[in-house]
Amino acid sequence: MTAIPDPSKQGFKFSQLLYDTRYRSMTIQIVSLIAILLFFGWLISNTAANLATLGKPIQFKFLGEPSNYDINQRLLDYTSRDTHLRAGLMGLINTLVLALMGCVTATILGVAIGVLRLSKNWLVARVMTLYIELFRNIPVLLWIIIVFSIMIETMPRPNQFRSGEAAMKLFDSVAITNRGVYIPEPLFNGGLGDIFLLGESSLRFGLSLDLIAILIVLFVGLFISKKIKTNADFIQNETGVRPTTWWKRLSIVILPIVITLWALGFHLGYPELKGFNFKGGIYLRNSLIALWIALSLYTAAFIAENVRSGIQAVAKGQSEAAYALGISPGRTMSLIILPQALRIIIPPVISQFLNLTKNSSLAIAVGYMDLTGTLMGITLNQTGRELETVLMGMAIYLIISLAISTVMNWYNNSVKLVER
Amino acid sequence: MADLSFVRKEIIPQRAAPLSQTGIIGWFRKNMFSDIPNTILTIIVGYFIISILGNILPWVFSPTWNSVSLTECRGILAELGRSGHGGGGACWGVIRERWLQLLFGFYPSELYWRPILAFVLLGLALAPVLFDKASRKLIYLTAIYPFLCFWLIWGGSIWFPVTVFSGFIVAYLGYVYVNKAFGSLAGVIASIALPVLWWLFITSPLSISLHSIMPIGSEAIESDRLGGFMLAVLIGVTGIALSLPIGILLALGRQSNLPILKAVCVCFIEFIRGVPLITLLFVASTLLNIFLPPGSNFDLILRVMIMVTLFASAYMAEVVRGGLAALPKGQYEAADSLGLDYWKAQRLIIMPQALKISIPGIVSTFIGLFKDTTLVSIIGLLDPLGLSTNIRADMAWNGILWELYGFVGLIFFIFCFSMSRYSMYLERKLATGH
Repeated sequence: MTAIPDPSKQGFKFSQLLYDTRYRSMTIQIVSLIAILLFFGWLISNTAANLATLGKPIQFKFLGEPSNYDINQRLLDYTSRDTHLRAGLMGLINTLVLALMGCVTATILGVAIGVLRLSKNWLVARVMTLYIELFRNIPVLLWIIIVFSIMIETMPRPNQFRSGEAAMKLFDSVAITNRGVYIPEPLFNGGLGDIFLLGESSLRFGLSLDLIAILIVLFVGLFISKKIKTNADFIQNETGVRPTTWWKRLSIVILPIVITLWALGFHLGYPELKGFNFKGGIYLRNSLIALWIALSLYTAAFIAENVRSGIQAVAKGQSEAAYALGISPGRTMSLIILPQALRIIIPPVISQFLNLTKNSSLAIAVGYMDLTGTLMGITLNQTGRELETVLMGMAIYLIISLAISTVMNWYNNSVKLVER
Repeated sequence: MADLSFVRKEIIPQRAAPLSQTGIIGWFRKNMFSDIPNTILTIIVGYFIISILGNILPWVFSPTWNSVSLTECRGILAELGRSGHGGGGACWGVIRERWLQLLFGFYPSELYWRPILAFVLLGLALAPVLFDKASRKLIYLTAIYPFLCFWLIWGGSIWFPVTVFSGFIVAYLGYVYVNKAFGSLAGVIASIALPVLWWLFITSPLSISLHSIMPIGSEAIESDRLGGFMLAVLIGVTGIALSLPIGILLALGRQSNLPILKAVCVCFIEFIRGVPLITLLFVASTLLNIFLPPGSNFDLILRVMIMVTLFASAYMAEVVRGGLAALPKGQYEAADSLGLDYWKAQRLIIMPQALKISIPGIVSTFIGLFKDTTLVSIIGLLDPLGLSTNIRADMAWNGILWELYGFVGLIFFIFCFSMSRYSMYLERKLATGH
């Protein structure tokens, strides 16, 4: 490209498509586009031919047929007479519940471990390094199966509670058995009841009005608390003195919620041993608990490494500069170090959340009925519709992932350093 | 009056630091008991370590190496008066009896030398790639290794891998001769088109006829007899070896300024990264036969290898793209101003630097890929985890858990940990900073 010749005056020649850099990229792209279209056409014609031989044209009618299988852990009402579509919905909700629980605990654990790994205490730092290496170098599927086996093998059977060999934990409110964990459930005496949406369709769901009322009170409280903070900032800017606000902000959030709970007649329903098993309370199956613990511990190891590298990436001069300005250590952390470290930490952590969500599909190994277990598992086997179920399942996972990526990109853009 | 002022005339000999500041005690004080919160932390963590080790160590040291069944193990432990969960001790007899199965699956035991030879040769073939000091001549072994490995493990006629390999020779010869006769572009086209035609139309008849003329071969092994760590390493190494070049091409495509090519690469990468590997394995086990021409039925392990490779390439592409993006723009401009064309610039200037930056990411993708090979147990292949279920189905070992999981976990740990240490060595070796 030392000297670009002037465009030739003789008009367009066919060989220019290959030898002229202005046209060559166009040629390459068109050729590759044709190749890709041909490839997909080949795939589709193969698929059509194969499906015709099998006598299974693509159709989604099976989604409306009764599923005939039970789902043992679910949030909404469901029976085996419900449709495959509803079974898939239960699976999707189970996936999301597991992912959400996992993300919360993995973040808490990961941040704690990442900070402790930087501890000056030799023993603590070494133990955390060991933890991280152990969890990062052993497959997550093995961890899931190990935790599941621990749940089944070492936890007491429900009937051992009767004979007194095992006892409930936390003032007789939580029962940990080899079938799962029973925790107290929130009940409302004078509750507002539930509302049911979408009638009798496969996508029907009920909403607890009590929960909605509590959430509204919570958000109003948070909003007022934010206002108090803004006001305090304003006073500080004007006078240089910051009024004490913490008790006002705390009480404006907590008091109304306590009053609402009291008005709704809130109490806890404890699990009780009846017959061969526990009744009452919320029942978290051993598969859910095992997945939750294993995915949290596994992802926490990765998050810990992200947190560590994020903290180490903030230049030492930053904290020294803050001390030189006379800012207290606590405020240095919250105003100087964390905002810079978080910018580095959060994008990889969100991609860990994405990994956790995708790894939750390993639930099929321990029998937790998530999207893979319902739609791409039993529904596939019962209806024999591999193409439709697997593609639907992939599309749903893709949508979840793209949603999380969108959030990540939005965050990245909002905290990006604007240079020049 | 005597002068009472005192001036020291000699230097006092230096004294050793107080005992509490040096040696072991000083080290403990400095690193573990420097202040009260630190001390509390040390005590809590120390208590945890002691209680965990106190539970695990007696279990690990258990004289059950020679037992042949779980009942016998329990008997030995009961005689020693040990009790507790799992009989109070590990039952290592299962590992002694089944470790070969965990390594090789149901591969015929009289033919174990073939996978062993394949893995020894793998070490030799990787040597010129991994270490500087290895002889450069080994690179020829690296080139033919994939075909050799295929033949060693699956067996059958030697002519099939030979004819497939000669496709590459055809490509080379085609490039050289057509290049001379018709110019470089025609050479490139010939080097792509000729081997494809060779593989599609000539390979299988040629190998069959060669085999009928000169039947050289070894005993063929069915795919469902492959298993254990051999299977994990096979899938892992194939994925690792193929995903790096494909990933680099995808990353270049995503960075390129040809909009159609870019869109295709972005769609592929985002799609693969958006779905869990297990769904891709479902595609391999249930759908791939539907997508291919009617009547074609090829091996499940091969289908899994394809899917695992595609999966890893998408992740690799993102890692390499990170490296490309981290490279200062001046490097690209410098390459352009030297008059290098696109591929020369990539090969000589951009890629060596971008790949160096992305070594940690590349290696952690490799480690992730190797760990993910365990997922094939879900679609019914007998990887170490699938085999451990299989071993438990045996009456003698019904109910054995921790020994098998511990063994499988330990081997995975050794593989993955050494990979991560190698990446640190590589980073240090390639570091050109100060």
